[in-house]
Amino acid sequence: MKYVDEYRDRNLIEAVAREIKKVSRKEISLMEVCGGHTMAIHRFGLTSLLPPNIRLLSGPGCPVCVSSQKFIDIAIGYSRIPGIIIVTYGDLIRVPGSTSSLEKEKANGNDVRIVYSVLEALEIAKQNPGRPVIFLGIGFETTAPATAATIIKAQHDNTPDFYVLSAHKIMPPVMKALVNDGVKLHGFIAPGHVSAITGSGIYEDLAWKYGLGVVISGFEPMDIMQSVLMLVEQIEKENPRVEIQYKRVVQPEGNKIAQQLMAQVFTLSDDEWRGLGTIPGSGLKLQERYTAFDPANKFPVDIPEPEEPKGCICGEILRGLKIPTDCTNFAKRCTPVTPVGACMVSGEGTCATYYKYREN
Amino acid sequence: MCLGVPARVIHIEDSEATVALGDVEYRASLLLLNDIHVGDFIILHAGFAIEKVDPKEAEETIQLFKEMEMNGSMETGT
Ligand code: SF4
Repeated sequence: MKYVDEYRDRNLIEAVAREIKKVSRKEISLMEVCGGHTMAIHRFGLTSLLPPNIRLLSGPGCPVCVSSQKFIDIAIGYSRIPGIIIVTYGDLIRVPGSTSSLEKEKANGNDVRIVYSVLEALEIAKQNPGRPVIFLGIGFETTAPATAATIIKAQHDNTPDFYVLSAHKIMPPVMKALVNDGVKLHGFIAPGHVSAITGSGIYEDLAWKYGLGVVISGFEPMDIMQSVLMLVEQIEKENPRVEIQYKRVVQPEGNKIAQQLMAQVFTLSDDEWRGLGTIPGSGLKLQERYTAFDPANKFPVDIPEPEEPKGCICGEILRGLKIPTDCTNFAKRCTPVTPVGACMVSGEGTCATYYKYREN
Repeated sequence: MCLGVPARVIHIEDSEATVALGDVEYRASLLLLNDIHVGDFIILHAGFAIEKVDPKEAEETIQLFKEMEMNGSMETGT
C-alpha cells in the first residue's frame, strides 16, 4: 500500500539503525506516547535494532487504557436505563468496570452498539426517535474534533435525544505530569496524528522549560527509527527542541478547521486518568452552550466508589515505570480474551501489545 | 481506535468521501478538511479524514533514508 510499504523497507531501517549506533553515546530513555507507536515498535522488533543504551518506554497514549474506572462505571449505569442506546468505539465495551462491563450489559440485553465513526452514532439517533442515544466520547485531539463536528451537525439538523458523555482528553498536560511525577526521560516520540490536528506548538515548553527532546513521529518502522535518530542527535548535542519527522502529514500549525471546531464545542477541565489521578486542564468537557448534549444532567446515575481491578499495575505501566511482564496477572489471569485491566483490552494497549508480540 | 491510515480518495459527495485502503473501501467524513480532491491521499482516523498526505514531503523522507543507506554502504564497503 502506498505510504505504508515503502516505509517498511528492511534495508533502509537497518541503515538508520547503523546511523543511530554511530551517533549514540549517552544512556537515554525515550517515551513513545502513542499506542500506535508502541504497536509498531513491537510488531517490527525495533528495540532489537537499537543499542542497549537507548531505552524505549511506553506512555499514556491509548485512549481506552486511560479512561477512568469511574467513566466506565457511569457508562454501565447509563446502559441499564431502559430505552437508552449506548454507542461507542469498539474496544471500550470490553474494559472491565468495577462490577461489570458494557459487553456484559449487552449480553444481558441492554442496548450497547459499536461504531467506527461518531457520525454513525448520530445516524442511530435519527433512526430511533424517542430513544436517547449516548455516545461515549473517548480519545485525544484526534477524535475530539470529530465529536465536535458531529455535535454541531446534530444541532444544525435538530436531532433530538443525542448525547455525548465526553472523556476526551488532551496530550500535553499528561506529558508534563509524567515528568513532574519523576519519570526519568530524555525525550518524547510525540504522537503523529494528535500533532496533525494540534500542530507542533503544543510541545514547545517541554523542550525549553523541561529540556526534553520532542520529535513528532509517523507510525511506520522507518518513521520511528528516524525519530529515534533525531532525538539521539538532539540529546547528544544537548540541543533539545521540537522537530517534525512526520512531515508528510503534520504541518507546524496543524489542522485549523479541526482546532476551531474543538474550541467551539469544548472547554478545558480537570480530568481523571487511569492510574494517574486527576490532571488539571487535561480534559475536554462540553461548553455551556452545548449542555443540552450532556447526559449528566438529564440522566443522573448513582455509582458506587470505583474499584480498580486487583493486582493490575496498568497505571504504573502507563507512566512508563513498569512493563507488562512485571505484572503477576500478565499472560496468566490476564489475556486479551480475559482482560483484567484496560491495558490488555485495546489493541494499542501496552499489555495487549506485549502479549501479542511476546515471542519476539 | 487511535490508528490512522493513509487512504486514497476515490469519490467525493458533499462532505463525504469514499476512500480506498488497498482493495477495501471506507467512508471518510471531510468535515475537518478543505480542498480535498479525488486522487489525494488522506489520513483516515475513526471515520474522519484528519489531514492530507503531502506527496512531496513523503518522497523527501524516503530520499533521506536512501542517502543514509548509500552513505552507510560506502563506509562499510558493502
Ligand atoms: S497484564 Fe492485565 S492486570 Fe496486569 S497490568 Fe496489564 S492489564 Fe493490568
